Amino acid sequence: MTDAAELRRRTQELLTAYPPASTDRLDFLKARFDAGLAWVHYPEGLGGLGAPRSLQAVVDAELEAAGAPDNDPRRIGIGLGMAAPTILRYGTEEQKQRYLRPLWTGEEVWCQLFSEPGAGSDLAALGTRAVREGDAWVVNGQKVWTSSAHLARWAILIARTDPDVPKHQGITYFVCDMTDPGVEVRPLRQITGEAEFNEVFLTDVRIPESRRLGEIGDGWRVAQTTLMNERVSIGGMRLPREGGMIGPVSKTWRERPELRTHDLHQRLLKLWVEAEVARLTGERLRQQLVAGQPGPEGSGMKLAFARLNQEISGLEVELLGEEGLLYDDWTMRRPELVDFTGRDAGYRYLRSKGNSIEGGTSEVLLNIVAERVLGLPAEPRTDKDVAWKDLAR
Amino acid sequence: MSTQPDLLYSEEEEALRAAVRDLLTDHCGAPDVIARTESDTPHDQELWKLLTDGMGLAGLLVPEDRGGQGASHREVAVVLEELGRAVAPVPYLTSAVVATEALLACDGSAGLLTRLASGRTIGALAVALHLTPGAAFPVVRVEDGLLHGGLTGIADASAADVLLVPADDGGLYAVEADAVTVVPQVSLDLTRPVGRVVLRSAAGHRVGDAEPAVRRALRAAAGLLASEQLGLADWSLTETVRYLKERTQFNRPVGGFQALKHRLAQLWLEVVHLRAAARGAADALATGEDVDVSVAVAQAYAAPVAVRAAEEALQLHGGIGMTWEHPAHLYLKRAKADSLAYGTAGAHRAALADLVDLQAP
Repeated sequence: MTDAAELRRRTQELLTAYPPASTDRLDFLKARFDAGLAWVHYPEGLGGLGAPRSLQAVVDAELEAAGAPDNDPRRIGIGLGMAAPTILRYGTEEQKQRYLRPLWTGEEVWCQLFSEPGAGSDLAALGTRAVREGDAWVVNGQKVWTSSAHLARWAILIARTDPDVPKHQGITYFVCDMTDPGVEVRPLRQITGEAEFNEVFLTDVRIPESRRLGEIGDGWRVAQTTLMNERVSIGGMRLPREGGMIGPVSKTWRERPELRTHDLHQRLLKLWVEAEVARLTGERLRQQLVAGQPGPEGSGMKLAFARLNQEISGLEVELLGEEGLLYDDWTMRRPELVDFTGRDAGYRYLRSKGNSIEGGTSEVLLNIVAERVLGLPAEPRTDKDVAWKDLAR
Repeated sequence: MSTQPDLLYSEEEEALRAAVRDLLTDHCGAPDVIARTESDTPHDQELWKLLTDGMGLAGLLVPEDRGGQGASHREVAVVLEELGRAVAPVPYLTSAVVATEALLACDGSAGLLTRLASGRTIGALAVALHLTPGAAFPVVRVEDGLLHGGLTGIADASAADVLLVPADDGGLYAVEADAVTVVPQVSLDLTRPVGRVVLRSAAGHRVGDAEPAVRRALRAAAGLLASEQLGLADWSLTETVRYLKERTQFNRPVGGFQALKHRLAQLWLEVVHLRAAARGAADALATGEDVDVSVAVAQAYAAPVAVRAAEEALQLHGGIGMTWEHPAHLYLKRAKADSLAYGTAGAHRAALADLVDLQAP
């Protein structure tokens, strides 16, 4: 059994063998992975030690104190949060060995090819086809809302391999090489002016059979692992008081008394309270996870943060008065990650509109909470026993 | 703030919850509570005896060497959740929390504190229920060592054996109930009635200074009231979900309509948040860390959620929710009265403006 003391000892060993000050960043990250200190709850040989997940904090604290480099987790969030848990659960031994180490060190960025123009909330309606040809699958279709596609080496991809069965049954899960011929990434300019997302066109892309993840036709079940991890990571951040969007607006309020009005004061206080309570709810969820008693609270955190971000950033634009009429920069750029704090209030206001859409719309999440948490009857379904090819499109 | 509050329930707290809930299930059914509200004795004295004599719950906040259980606000919060869930007509918040906290701030109160901890004596702080912690409170006159005056809006006054009365000399006086006249007022909340206390040359015993005692009592009350509100809201949600799974209209369970599912999911989310806020306040009171902000946050959040939960329960029950025999109205009345008790959400937000430096224009 690996306990906190043992992890501290191993961490110190790593720091002695690879002093952060004199070691190349990537070399250090590779050594950390090989020492099993990347994600301690992963198996030995795959960057972990099979230790309790909660003990990761012990390692992180020691490394931070020693000034060790990190792997820039926000930049590689899709790999860490979505691809890795799915590969760990469904991948073959060869796949785990091939993908996990460069994924974790950040050498290889991942993206996620799920959503399509005609399959967003109804993701299982997707129409991208994968047809078996010998030892490979030939893929054709179009994906959308793909963050990091322009930076990614690999993608997790779901595609339809059998149109003659109901929609959830005919899907298969693959790892797609983004450098393969036939993969075309086009920036998708958004409401903010920048192109954080992409469209990805797949034309006769050949994916070897060895890059299938899970069984043929079992892709929907595999994708559930990915999506569950996405929602947990969207809602499960640990925040200090005023750590979220309420921080910048509170700061402006304190520093610029000339902007204050009674109406804005009432709304600010109300949102400050809600932000603090949401923070406590996230903290309570985290404590439940550490105690090994995950609650259903996670299903709702994303809903709460989406609404809060939108209301707070809207208030912030109003608070700024004349400045609220301005926008920092409409230049079309392709950022590596979403940077709420590096941009101004107008950007925050516009970008937060996506919080209630990305990773499942708030309306669909409310249905999920009502059905899975409260046990209310499911929505009536007309697509359940119908072959995908016979569905309305 | 480096440390995070402990927001979970311990195993002991869950065991306590189970014991209190079992007892309330057996002895505090809604039809009896409704019938009692129209009787001469709105408080359930037998239930009080079971909770205090039987389980020792009145002494949770009192140290063991003064006859109590030496527990903390965390355990009291769990008891209040269950009492809220049952809208139990017992003076627990007023006696075991408010009066007890007031006495804990006083030096000359050891004997009385022990009596309150046993539950055989019920105490009430003679400060109006709606007052915010830190607000100015009315006092009575002291003349020749006797007390004169009248105080209104005193919660559970009619159940009290001893009233703790603030006077114009800055003292807090313990006055036995037979030395005063309690005039019941017609209360919005039938299960926590308020009354007017009249003192005509009443003899009292000075137990300490009123100001710190009242402040401490009201702050603990405001923080722990959030747990009672959580219990109320949780009952409202749970009972409405249960009903909407059974009730059919248009040949479908009503709970299958998306408009209603979304309302209930939204309410669930707010109850989940309320639980974190209430736990935060209870833990802060227990540890003494970050108390003022935690209490103000919890109270600013709790009242609107509890009221909305009760209002949603009533609406979603349809016509039956409007009837006297269905308990929904008890919860609505308690939730609305609670939204005034120990300061409104607005008053707590105003307090926060100072505490976290978000000043008004």
